[in-house]
Amino acid sequence: MTMVRRQVTQRAAFGFLIASTLIVVIPVLVIIGIILFNGAGAINLEFLTQAPSQAGKAGGIFPAIVGTFYLMLGTLIIALPVGVMAGVYLTEYAGDNWLTKLINMAIINLAGVPSIIYGLFGLGIFVMTFNFGMSLLSASFTLACQALAMTITTSREAILAVPREYREGSLAIGTTKWQTVRHVVLPQAMPGIITGAVLAMSRAAGETAPILVVGAAFLLPRLPHSVFDQFMALPYHLYTVAAHVPGIPDATIWGIALVLLVVVLSFNVMATLIRLRTRTRRYSL
Amino acid sequence: MKVDIDNEILVKRDIGQTTRMAVRDLNLYYGDFQALREISLDIPERSITAIIGPSGCGKSTFLRVFNRMNDLITGVRIEGSIELDGINIYDRNIDVVELRKRVGMVFQKPNPFPMSIFENVAYGPRRHGIKNRIELENIVERSLKQAALWEEVESKIDQSALALSGGQQQRLCIARVLAVEPEVILMDEPCSALDPVATLRIEELMRNLSENYTIVIVTHNMQQAARASDMAAFLMMEDDRAGILVEYGPTAEIFTNPKDKRTEDYITGRFG
Repeated sequence: MTMVRRQVTQRAAFGFLIASTLIVVIPVLVIIGIILFNGAGAINLEFLTQAPSQAGKAGGIFPAIVGTFYLMLGTLIIALPVGVMAGVYLTEYAGDNWLTKLINMAIINLAGVPSIIYGLFGLGIFVMTFNFGMSLLSASFTLACQALAMTITTSREAILAVPREYREGSLAIGTTKWQTVRHVVLPQAMPGIITGAVLAMSRAAGETAPILVVGAAFLLPRLPHSVFDQFMALPYHLYTVAAHVPGIPDATIWGIALVLLVVVLSFNVMATLIRLRTRTRRYSL
Repeated sequence: MKVDIDNEILVKRDIGQTTRMAVRDLNLYYGDFQALREISLDIPERSITAIIGPSGCGKSTFLRVFNRMNDLITGVRIEGSIELDGINIYDRNIDVVELRKRVGMVFQKPNPFPMSIFENVAYGPRRHGIKNRIELENIVERSLKQAALWEEVESKIDQSALALSGGQQQRLCIARVLAVEPEVILMDEPCSALDPVATLRIEELMRNLSENYTIVIVTHNMQQAARASDMAAFLMMEDDRAGILVEYGPTAEIFTNPKDKRTEDYITGRFG
């Protein structure tokens, strides 16, 4: 009797666990499904290669796509080197003292700051104090600040994952610590570092709030002329046409959402591929 | 029980008479814990000195004193002196990087870098400033020949070092050390991850290298110590787990006529 009951309990528990897991998967599939279903019709060559006209009701979203890529590139160029160098410092050089503890606490809190706060910070520092103006440069710096927490953390993990044997092998033939880091540790950690940076980029690509106040243009039907120019970006464009342009065709809104989703997901896939490739390479030998 | 070793291999070879490294009153602490106590010994040049003893007695810690590898561990404190050609390597004005160029190290687990065979051997010379390709090629060839690996890898010198067998990888690591022309080579159980055939090859290599280099090896394998070394140091733990030097002398004497009862017990226990 108790045997039967225990099996029933076991099955029930198992069922709940599976259900919980499915609840994680279902929204993702539904979101992708709905956006694909509603947005696919809007996607055509003109939509992807033309500038918007009539406040976004006609034309395409080319400047927003390019703007988003510029933004990701700018963020990467700023956040990756700083993240790697901070990661190297924290793993290889930092002593176990109050300064290191303070830095670690700052990194954790950096990740928890609401994104609009980053926007206002960027407005105060980059736009006004550094006088970069409302620009691609200000936006890149702002998003880079936000991405730093992630690039530092992933760099640090990737560097820590390099086996001690490699470091010792290098130091034991009379190389300096820096030479060991530069020629043995960093090349080994690079795939992990790049994976983290790419994920941070995909997150930056989807941000709306921080860039809102530091340089994203409501409507700018051309590409930015320089890093000091304003720019369009997909998430902000999506927000403006959906909220502020009456009479815009639904398909256009869904179409923008679809393009944004594809950009972000493709970066996630890229990160996964980099990780998988290096993993198989490392263990197949 | 009787020590069962072929006496032929215990013939004392002609080793150098000059002391290359000298340890004086060495005490080593990890924080509050004393790991080594009052160790003194002289390591003759162009010889193989084996450090033997039970697990945990501080053999590896002791070996890492000679190239200051223990510096990498926080909380390590050292008293006493270790001299290389009469100069204390723990002196404040000693350049550790320069020291490790002169006192190279081979580790328990073969640790070739994930690069080509060529780049592994060229790594040290490159870091020390040699850029000329022909010069590097000469160094790589010479080092691989010294490490008895050249013929096996000559045709695949640009392939990954990780594709080599364990024994080949360990000889590559020895070549990597030889490439920076050290005077002393430390080996921390270099054969413990290798099969018997590969082990014998490394031992043969060690004997050849000891014509020109001073070698200090930590080994768990009594037969290896008996076969391959000229001098043997027997370390043991005291009750507080600090490692002490029980007996040090020519290998032949340590193995056939140990002066200390504890040495005899250990050696016979291993072979009995």
